[in-house]
Amino acid sequence: AAYLHSILNFFFIFLSSWWTEVQMGPPDPILGVTEAFKRDTNPKKMNLGVGAYRDDQGKPFVLSCVRKAEAQIAAKKLDKEYLPIGGLAEFSKACSQLALGPDNEVLKSGRSITIQTISGTGSLRVGANFVSRFHNASRDVYLPKPSWGNHTPIFRDAGMQLKAYSYYDPKTCGFDFKGALHDISKIPEKSVIVLHACAHNPTGVDPRPEQWKEMAALIKKRNLLVFFDMAYQGFASGDIDRDAWAVRDFIEQGHNILLSQSFAKNMGLYGERVGGFTVVCKDVEEAKRVESQLKILIRPIYSNPPMNGARIASTILNTPELYKEWLVEVKDMADRIITMREMFVSNLKKEGSTHNWQHVTEQIGMFCFTGLKPEQVERLIKEFSIYMTKDGRISVAGVTSANVGYLAHAIHAVTK
Amino acid sequence: IMSIFGEVPQAAPVAVFKLTADFREDQNPRKVNLGVGAYRTDECQPWVLPVVRKVEKMIADDHSLNHEYLPILGLPEFRSSSSKIALGEDSPAIKDNRVGAVQCLGGTGALKIGAEFLRRWYNGTDNTKTPVYVSAPTWENHNAVFSNAGFEDIRPYKYWDAGKRGLDLEGFLGDLESAPDHSIFVLHACAHNPTGTDPTQDQWKQIADVMMRKSLFAFFDSAYQGFASGNLDKDAWAVRYFVSQGFELFCAQSFSKNFGLYNERVGNLTVVAKDQDNLNRVLSQMEKIVRITWSNPPSQGARLVAITLNTPELFAEWKDNVKTMADRVLLMRAQLKEKLKALGTPGTWEHITEQIGMFSFTGLNPKQVEYLVKEKHIYLMASGRINMCGLTTKNIDYVAESIHEAVTTVQ
Repeated sequence: AAYLHSILNFFFIFLSSWWTEVQMGPPDPILGVTEAFKRDTNPKKMNLGVGAYRDDQGKPFVLSCVRKAEAQIAAKKLDKEYLPIGGLAEFSKACSQLALGPDNEVLKSGRSITIQTISGTGSLRVGANFVSRFHNASRDVYLPKPSWGNHTPIFRDAGMQLKAYSYYDPKTCGFDFKGALHDISKIPEKSVIVLHACAHNPTGVDPRPEQWKEMAALIKKRNLLVFFDMAYQGFASGDIDRDAWAVRDFIEQGHNILLSQSFAKNMGLYGERVGGFTVVCKDVEEAKRVESQLKILIRPIYSNPPMNGARIASTILNTPELYKEWLVEVKDMADRIITMREMFVSNLKKEGSTHNWQHVTEQIGMFCFTGLKPEQVERLIKEFSIYMTKDGRISVAGVTSANVGYLAHAIHAVTK
Repeated sequence: IMSIFGEVPQAAPVAVFKLTADFREDQNPRKVNLGVGAYRTDECQPWVLPVVRKVEKMIADDHSLNHEYLPILGLPEFRSSSSKIALGEDSPAIKDNRVGAVQCLGGTGALKIGAEFLRRWYNGTDNTKTPVYVSAPTWENHNAVFSNAGFEDIRPYKYWDAGKRGLDLEGFLGDLESAPDHSIFVLHACAHNPTGTDPTQDQWKQIADVMMRKSLFAFFDSAYQGFASGNLDKDAWAVRYFVSQGFELFCAQSFSKNFGLYNERVGNLTVVAKDQDNLNRVLSQMEKIVRITWSNPPSQGARLVAITLNTPELFAEWKDNVKTMADRVLLMRAQLKEKLKALGTPGTWEHITEQIGMFSFTGLNPKQVEYLVKEKHIYLMASGRINMCGLTTKNIDYVAESIHEAVTTVQ
């Protein structure tokens, strides 16, 4: 009988696969947009799905300070020895200084830990795992409504429960301040609250400083654990201090925050995967304990992080002339986006649109929540070859002075 | 104020990195680091492969290249050429379009994505109870990778026979037989870490037989291809044999050692499935896992490897560089054994040249290891594992004499 069993088993194995029950994963909604765009033969086609900066010719942009840093690094002929688990120390230090400001009391006292991560996603993932393992007071993570699509599966996979607080007001295409305060006031103590530091993704809607202050006070009152996601520092307003204002103010108000940073957009280092994760702690001793546990979390994921991008970012942040040049370049990128927003609105007016497009110039950063409905988006894709995600989000980075007129014309056509 | 992190305990440092940290602080001029697994030249320096420097310059000079995001699964030319390295240029499985890959953050990242996939989709869905077998001993991170992926039952399979300082084949086969069907087995493709002891081809055949019969899943960890014998094909024999026998398997490849690209985190998870349809569904699910772990992988190292593997002269130069490293290790093995024999050090030392790859399980006990570290400033793992790359023509006499002292004076 055992013999027969093994014969049958052999044939079964021979014919079947381990993976018969594996379902096809759903296509990524944003990638799907790019795929369709690629297939389109219309010479006027526009890809407004991509969340990567493009210059006014619609081309990817490698910053000059990045090229210079790369040349400097190449000349040094460095070895390729493993980085420590927490990454390149000069990078982590500069990364935290950029976010908090070099004179921040937190950095002076040494009561925080910043580690290098695999860009923003990697940072959020490590942070989510850390919270899941050590924040036993609550399993709940509150995201703004809406938030970056990847936030939910990251926190969920880490074992947390996802909840939401009001954020975007579709009636105004702006910030639902009242709604946000109302919802936050009901969040159970010690829950985790995720805040987008600047250039909210996907809406482009940011609270004003006075509104941030009220939120900081309320969140303090509710005793919530603050987790900032800062993927666009410098990229939003063009000013790195202004974009980090909320992060710094919260710390000043006494919040010991968690912070994810990405250098994908503001240094154009997308594919090099450069990011940081920071935990602001009670004191130096606690920071050491937290650091040791972060390493334990990271080792079984990828052992230690990639050098190339961190070395470039570190060189820029730590070399005065390169740092100055970077500040100018990041402002240029932000300014081009702002200019495109303005041209978009003025072109819509020229087309004769009577809708209120104020939100386009009030929103900030790479993305704009146009307010377009799915049917209108559908028409833009089918009739005009203008590609965006179904929620009406456009990447302003995909707009150029050459195509902004066409965009305004098309949008007017589907909204008049 | 009470801190939410008030209860976070201090974690113990990862042993192999602590060893290097201690080594760095040691002021003794004769100190030797036989700990962490990275190649060193005879001057005890890290070695950036000449072909790597060449290709780096090519990349730097090519201003048509940018830093845009790679696809989630990685650089296509890297993935396909890496799988070819593992399975062979003429692999029938590749010809059948049933081989795919995911570019990952080093070998660790490849193990991670494979483990996460298996936990979700293998042997049922979300079956955290599927036993995962790792060799006794094994790379210390294997356990954590699988347990962090959610597997609850991680067990050792017999492997190292301390008495005869070789493979415990009988024990290994016995554990395969007694394993529940569908268990996952993590196999070292070559140059077993930490023992340096590999099954022979004949022994691999026996292992494969049992695994096929009992539907055990083969998850290969290939971190030293080319580095072990100096020959890429020879080092890939086991993986290719399993494929030829019809296994669906995973192979986590690392290019850290054989390309010397340690800190660029270059790895590839090769997936061999029954057919293209199954392969596609598997890759689509791995994509989802990647998206919530690191979104997409780093570009520099993958570009470098892809260019090298896909350019004939560069590929030849790389193989040559790899042989240089492998040959130096073989030389150190031969010399260490000679010196221990010449010293008349008690015990047999054949295992030093019988073992293969970067590491050697010396057979030294913890007390003897402690003696070497504390008294002789020779840093090695508590298990008695030494990294042969840490040996040079300049320090090998000191190391041989010290081992002799440890063995003769410390019980």
